Amino acid sequence: MEIRPIFASLRKHRIPAILIVLEIALACAVLCNAVFMIGKRIGDIQIPNAIDERGLSVVVLNGTDPKLAASDIPRNIAALRTIAGVQSVGVTSTLPLSRNNWGWSFGLKSDSAMTDKNTFNVSLYFLGVGADQTLGLQLKQGRFFNADEYADSTLGGSALPSAHVVLVTESLAHQLWPDKAALGQSIYSKPYYYTVVGVVADVVRPQASIHSTQRSYASTFYPLQPDATLGYYLLRSAPHDRARIVRAAEQKLGEINPAAVAKGKTFDDIRGQYFADMSSMAWMLVLVCVVMLAVTAFGIVGLTSFWVAQRRRQIGIRRAVGASRGDILSYFRTENFLLTGMGVVLGMALAFGINIYLMHHYEMDRMPWYYLPASAVALWLLGQLAVLGPALRAAAVPPVVATRSV
Amino acid sequence: MFTYYLELAIRSLRRNKVLTTLMVLALGLGIGACITTLTVLKLLSGDPLPQKSAQLFYPQVDPFPMDGYVAGETKPQPTMTYTDAMNLLHARKATHQAVMTTTGAKIAPQQANAHPFYSDGVMTTSDFFGMFDVPFQYGGGWTESDDESRARVVVIADFLNDKLFGGANSVGKTLRINDHDFRIVGVLKHWAPQPRFYSLDLGGRDYGDGDAVFLPLQSARAADMAAGNTNCFDEIKDLKHLETAPCIWLGMWVQLDNSAAVADYKAFLANYARQQIALGRFHRPDTGLPDLMRWLRDEQVVPDDVRLQAGLAFGFLLICVINTVGLLLAKCLRRSQEIGVRRALGATQRTIFAQFMVEAGIVGLAGGLLGLVFAELGLLGIRHQPAEYASLAHLDVSMFALTFVVAIVASLVAGLLPAWRACVLAPAPQLKAS
Repeated sequence: MEIRPIFASLRKHRIPAILIVLEIALACAVLCNAVFMIGKRIGDIQIPNAIDERGLSVVVLNGTDPKLAASDIPRNIAALRTIAGVQSVGVTSTLPLSRNNWGWSFGLKSDSAMTDKNTFNVSLYFLGVGADQTLGLQLKQGRFFNADEYADSTLGGSALPSAHVVLVTESLAHQLWPDKAALGQSIYSKPYYYTVVGVVADVVRPQASIHSTQRSYASTFYPLQPDATLGYYLLRSAPHDRARIVRAAEQKLGEINPAAVAKGKTFDDIRGQYFADMSSMAWMLVLVCVVMLAVTAFGIVGLTSFWVAQRRRQIGIRRAVGASRGDILSYFRTENFLLTGMGVVLGMALAFGINIYLMHHYEMDRMPWYYLPASAVALWLLGQLAVLGPALRAAAVPPVVATRSV
Repeated sequence: MFTYYLELAIRSLRRNKVLTTLMVLALGLGIGACITTLTVLKLLSGDPLPQKSAQLFYPQVDPFPMDGYVAGETKPQPTMTYTDAMNLLHARKATHQAVMTTTGAKIAPQQANAHPFYSDGVMTTSDFFGMFDVPFQYGGGWTESDDESRARVVVIADFLNDKLFGGANSVGKTLRINDHDFRIVGVLKHWAPQPRFYSLDLGGRDYGDGDAVFLPLQSARAADMAAGNTNCFDEIKDLKHLETAPCIWLGMWVQLDNSAAVADYKAFLANYARQQIALGRFHRPDTGLPDLMRWLRDEQVVPDDVRLQAGLAFGFLLICVINTVGLLLAKCLRRSQEIGVRRALGATQRTIFAQFMVEAGIVGLAGGLLGLVFAELGLLGIRHQPAEYASLAHLDVSMFALTFVVAIVASLVAGLLPAWRACVLAPAPQLKAS
């Protein structure tokens, strides 16, 4: 295909050509960044979490009398066990993605205090007896807590339990002790210290970090005897039983604790609520991309149709002097290919610039390079698709047009 | 002449329905997206107390240890310890001053077999209502002596009064909060500043319905009500008694009526910090006194996503405008012959230009109307979103007007190039061609 005549013709229609190039450049820039943001959000929403999410439900019990916790909690657990279909019951202070975070900073030296510069912040999960099993924690090394450790650990008025044992996640263990075994190591916050007795697969914190996945797994687990801070009653069941069990458990806890407020939900609800804003933003980005591509495509259709109509006579002449339908078709397609090409080159530069700007002004990472060629190809395809209609109409112009109205 | 152009424009637009529809649709989509996101942005970045925000300030001090401190970079802490809050409160250096934090209030209705429920509560001091001009339906706030004597009194919001007492005057009645009896002394009129500026960083939502109950800080704490957000900076022996713990959990607002008062208060704060350093309580010298709107900016209360959406919508509108330029140009060049005839019959370049601008304006107007429909749809969609500001997303009069301004400006900008191309067309070749 000879492209010199195409350039010659584009030079004659400079303004419409520039408009198409500009439109495609803008579309390409927006598309790159929007798709990148969508991908980032989908990644965040699907953050892996090594507990038994599908079979887990919870009733959060608030407003109980703290003085009665020692007798209330075992009674509540016993009552929940009587619900048909419940496989196991446990109680914790919080859950992953519940936004109910109790954080603390620890150091690795025996004289570390929480205010030292080189401490690291983790989330604390306090577990009652049986919670490890109900949560479905996956032990990778070491052991879970034993009965004595649960029974001896109290909170009193303090922020940290009196136990000296802790479970950490794999990511955290790797981060703290990159080149030695985590088991047997200790974390310190004067006057408290905890020795790692087990390493579990990665469990997300109550509040996931948007900056790094690794920070999202800085979770630690401690045993605790029945205490008012253990307000999350966990129920494990078959996934299809959950809706019924949540209702039954909420009602039951409400009945036997009339002065408290019981609220039940499945873990799927918790995850859904946590990421609700994020997923609605992702959907809105998808919507904008689709509409924007549609508008761009229609713009190409409109302008090319106009060109075709304007050049009916030239097309007729070309056909009369021997050009085939295929020649005409490929003329318009090549023309579009060239325009889109210029558009995407400009667009990729623009996309890169926008990404840099967003990195400076928003919580945004650098866009991986392959987003640029990928969206360039997408716009090329879109352009070819949009031009097909008008180009076919052009190819259908009969040679006899050349002889008319001269 | 204008009506004649109008007629010509409508005739021309009707001649090519598909192209016209495309233009109006694209413009409408772009404008709809812009107005939707701008409405949300305006809602979220608005002034929560327009008549008073310039006089309200948020004092900040920093009781944290020296570790991690970088002079000139580290900002003072967003909340205060009980000790500092009380020292500053009792110094009475401002026209009004109040200390506050949020709490979850368990409310037990009096009716038989009604379940208790949780509502958002504010634990504060007596000046809160006077300083923020909080409107009352019945009764009023509590007094300073109530603060001091830890009186079990409460001010409730209109919606809670409607729910529990059917909207009747409930002043003097008893409300059971966290298993303690509180006497109602006041019922508010609707009051829900957006954003909920007074409790940023104190826990809870930034937007949405107002708080349900307002309690004297010390009385509520005596009833074991927990603070919404606690941040500790030293070894803690007893978390129950936050008042003596090395933890920051309170926010303070002061009203300062003029710049002299602001300067005085700044000096007072700096002096206070120096004094505390001398006493060994503080280590960092920095203090802060942002005004309300500055504080909202510092706290970045508007979510990033909302600003990104607005940026995206403008990018989209730009694409739609370029699209409209292209299509208008295509239309007008197709009518070269008509223009040639009109020019030959004596129409000046200016009249041709005016004619095409009128045509573009009509497209803009139609696009604006359609944009309004899309914006309403968009806002309807946002109201069904899970975001905490969702229920507030409504089109107001100024945004309604702005829709048309944006539409007309966008279409006239889009019409400029085609109209100019049309009017500089030389008539002779066009006539010859036909």
